[in-house]
Amino acid sequence: MTSSDRTVWDAIVIGGGHNGLICATLLAKGRRNVLLLEANAEMGGAARTEEFFPGFRDSTAHVLNRLHPEVVKALDLEELGLDLLRGASGSTFAPSVVLSKDGAPLTLHGAYGETLTGASAAEQAAWKDLRVQLLRYAGVLKPFLSRRPPEFGSRSPGGLAALGQAALAMKRLGREDMRDFLRVLLMNVHDLLDEQLSDDRLKGLLAFDAVLGSHLGPRSPTSLLGLYYRLAGEIGGAPGAQVVPKGGMGAVIATIRAAAEHAGVALCTGASVAKIVVESGRAVGLALASGEEIHADTIVSAVNPTTTLLTLVGAPLLDTGLVRKVKNIRMKGDVAKLNLALDGVPDFPGVAAQDLHGRLVIAPSPDHVERAFNPAKYGEFSPEPVMEITLPSLTDPSLAPQDGCILSANVQYAPYALKEGWETGKPKFLAAIMAQLEAHAPGIGRLARHAELLTPADIEVRYLMPGGHWHHGELQADQMLFSRPVSGWSGYDTPIERLYLAGAGSHPGGGISGLPGLNAARRILAARAER
Amino acid sequence: MNISTLKPSPTQVWQIAQSHFRTLRADTPFQPRIDAAAKTNEWYNWSGYRAPHSLWDEELEYFAIRSQAALFDISPMTKYRIEGPEAEAFCNRLTLRDVTRLKPGRVHYTAWCDDQGFVLDDGTLFRLSPDRFRLCCQGRHLPWLLDSAIGFTVRIGEETEQVAGLALQGPTSFAVLRDAGFAGIERLKPFDLADFAHESGAVTISRTGFTGDLGYELFVERELALPLWDRLMVAGQLHGIRPIGYAALDRARIEAGLIVANADFTAAQQAVRADRQRLPYEIGLGFMVDADKGHFNGRRAILDARAGKKLRYVLVGLEIEGNIPAEHAIVYHKKNREVGLVSAAIWAPTAKKSVAIASLRRPFGDLILDDLWVEIYAMRELRYERVMKRARIVPRPFIRLERRSATPPADF
Repeated sequence: MTSSDRTVWDAIVIGGGHNGLICATLLAKGRRNVLLLEANAEMGGAARTEEFFPGFRDSTAHVLNRLHPEVVKALDLEELGLDLLRGASGSTFAPSVVLSKDGAPLTLHGAYGETLTGASAAEQAAWKDLRVQLLRYAGVLKPFLSRRPPEFGSRSPGGLAALGQAALAMKRLGREDMRDFLRVLLMNVHDLLDEQLSDDRLKGLLAFDAVLGSHLGPRSPTSLLGLYYRLAGEIGGAPGAQVVPKGGMGAVIATIRAAAEHAGVALCTGASVAKIVVESGRAVGLALASGEEIHADTIVSAVNPTTTLLTLVGAPLLDTGLVRKVKNIRMKGDVAKLNLALDGVPDFPGVAAQDLHGRLVIAPSPDHVERAFNPAKYGEFSPEPVMEITLPSLTDPSLAPQDGCILSANVQYAPYALKEGWETGKPKFLAAIMAQLEAHAPGIGRLARHAELLTPADIEVRYLMPGGHWHHGELQADQMLFSRPVSGWSGYDTPIERLYLAGAGSHPGGGISGLPGLNAARRILAARAER
Repeated sequence: MNISTLKPSPTQVWQIAQSHFRTLRADTPFQPRIDAAAKTNEWYNWSGYRAPHSLWDEELEYFAIRSQAALFDISPMTKYRIEGPEAEAFCNRLTLRDVTRLKPGRVHYTAWCDDQGFVLDDGTLFRLSPDRFRLCCQGRHLPWLLDSAIGFTVRIGEETEQVAGLALQGPTSFAVLRDAGFAGIERLKPFDLADFAHESGAVTISRTGFTGDLGYELFVERELALPLWDRLMVAGQLHGIRPIGYAALDRARIEAGLIVANADFTAAQQAVRADRQRLPYEIGLGFMVDADKGHFNGRRAILDARAGKKLRYVLVGLEIEGNIPAEHAIVYHKKNREVGLVSAAIWAPTAKKSVAIASLRRPFGDLILDDLWVEIYAMRELRYERVMKRARIVPRPFIRLERRSATPPADF
């Protein structure tokens, strides 16, 4: 791929995150001649594994809980060696452990708590009922995930089918549950948990999962939707399941990358795109930062929608109304990433050894999560942050030196635009995180050799994610479905002919699901067939 | 990419106070003179300004336009200044016509649209210099202009209050200006503009207007407004100069076949009902659309509608038998099928015909042109006389005056 190379590509995909890779693979499988450009030296985006301290490697995404079965199937990922069922501990899904400072931890085993240990018998019974209800309700939203969002005013068969399926799924709930589903849909998670549960640890975990990755507290209206989104994900056919993948997240990316190569996608790293070249309202190619121009029939952007439209295309080529909408996409991240290089496996009192392979959550109560959120509203970080922790090197020893251990944590709340600025705020926030860790794993401070803390501002720079937002746009009711990334352009098309969006900024959103990439590829192939 | 780069771009914003709403009926810089001339005391609200509907006699004011020289205060017209190295590119992106073909010292009539291609407003774009423009229009659009300027090196500010405007229209208007001492005014061709010395400053005079007649528009800093009025009135004394109100101008503009936003079409941002918005091709402004000039707001939607034959309406000029103005009459095909509505109609004193501007639902007015009728309800001493009159589609303007475009203009 040099400027003397006169190849004209059928499609160029910008961005080698998992969605870009998946979209490129499916286009190549659809007999397109596809080039994928990644700015970084490695594929994978926030799921790529990087060395953060000599001998210690980690990735920012660290749990797999929604890689969609259609994606796994369409890319033959299992044939290529992805073993989702096995996961970390070798035989089962990763558990979620709610850590407790002074008492016993509470543990959800199997696919999102098929069994619950550490709680009273009454609470176990209550959880069993609530779990069934949550999964049923989340299931109503599932038909929307793997297709274009329905569009108002259009009568596309796909959109109507999704609406029809959702209506059917709702009807199948029966009258009482349908009413209840509609009652709770936009509720806050805190109130719902108070209705049905009593154990603060369990409620803390659910509250945390509902708001993880968004600028919401458990008491914020619509926060329950986040939990539904989480539970609409599935692994190996089990709704709500999660795995800390064998070989780390890097292994998942390697498998998807292998699928891309297998399908014949030309992969190019270190290629930073400066501009999408538009002629008479149609995308015709790309200009790289190096000055090189490459031409293609179709351009697919699997990077952030705001970057795509306002930077790569540029506001002057877009209608003013659209520019307004794009500028109003809310995407200020609120999660920091901690990568900790440890001299040994930390001791979390009361946590069974095999459960250390799972996900450890510090969210002692919904009120604690809410209080952690309060300062974030005013541009301050949480003094007692909540977090989810994994120890990826237990699953993949190659990530750390012998006797070393890696602690990987997503920490809330860390507002992108910290009032005092992250330069002075970061050391303070790190100290708060370490204090929180020390309280749950006494002695961990002595084990720590190096701590890398990525604030949303750091994540923005490292992964080219504006606002340092995981999901490339808040995943809240106003930025979902037909409003994602903006109303009127939710179906992966853009007003620039033959320019498509395929990243998490598009429906259905973030997390390692691969669905934006899958849906976009299907859309592009269908649009090509129409021409 | 840093998210802060997404905030207001290099565009520098002139935060010129938009204080027009603080006074319910603001006075224009010419108000002392207008008030002195106002014998009928018929006022109306023009964008928040107290503007005269008529001053002394609506009928005679009209004939001042056609036979003498009429002076009309256009200060309430919304005016924006647009300046900077990318002002041309910005105007080109904002509006329908190709601004690269608008030379400095020229004016063109243009319009601009929203994302769906619906017309937000029409107006005149004055190219004062290679990188300085003035946009004049009915509505207020500063937020739209500023958001449209993202990505351009351009400064945009509203100057409605700062700049006073006068329209001097009619056969003797040239003679008035010449005798007022604006040397070189004879060289202005239609749609030309030039600066002329006035007191301590300058007045920008363009050969433009809203009457279809020989005429000029003059723009001056508000501090120099009254001396300009006086200068024209003194010079115009023997040329029959008369101040006029809007009613007279409205007649002249209908005769000239010119449309008014929110009278002959509903501006997209004012429309409450979705089906009231109009594409340029639906209100006779299709000629402005330049598909080859590059991107402009609404381009995609307009070209799609054109290609997909999704244009729903057409704006036409009608000549109606008889002499009763068909104002807001319903238009019928074969006397029974409702096909449109008259938005403006008068007995045209110069054309000596009953004329109207009407919007018809295609294919009527587009492919089906014959057998059109208007249903006029004429109130006659507390009883409606309903008459069905034959209407014929005719080209606009309804009058063509050679003096409008003769250069140099004749000395009447």
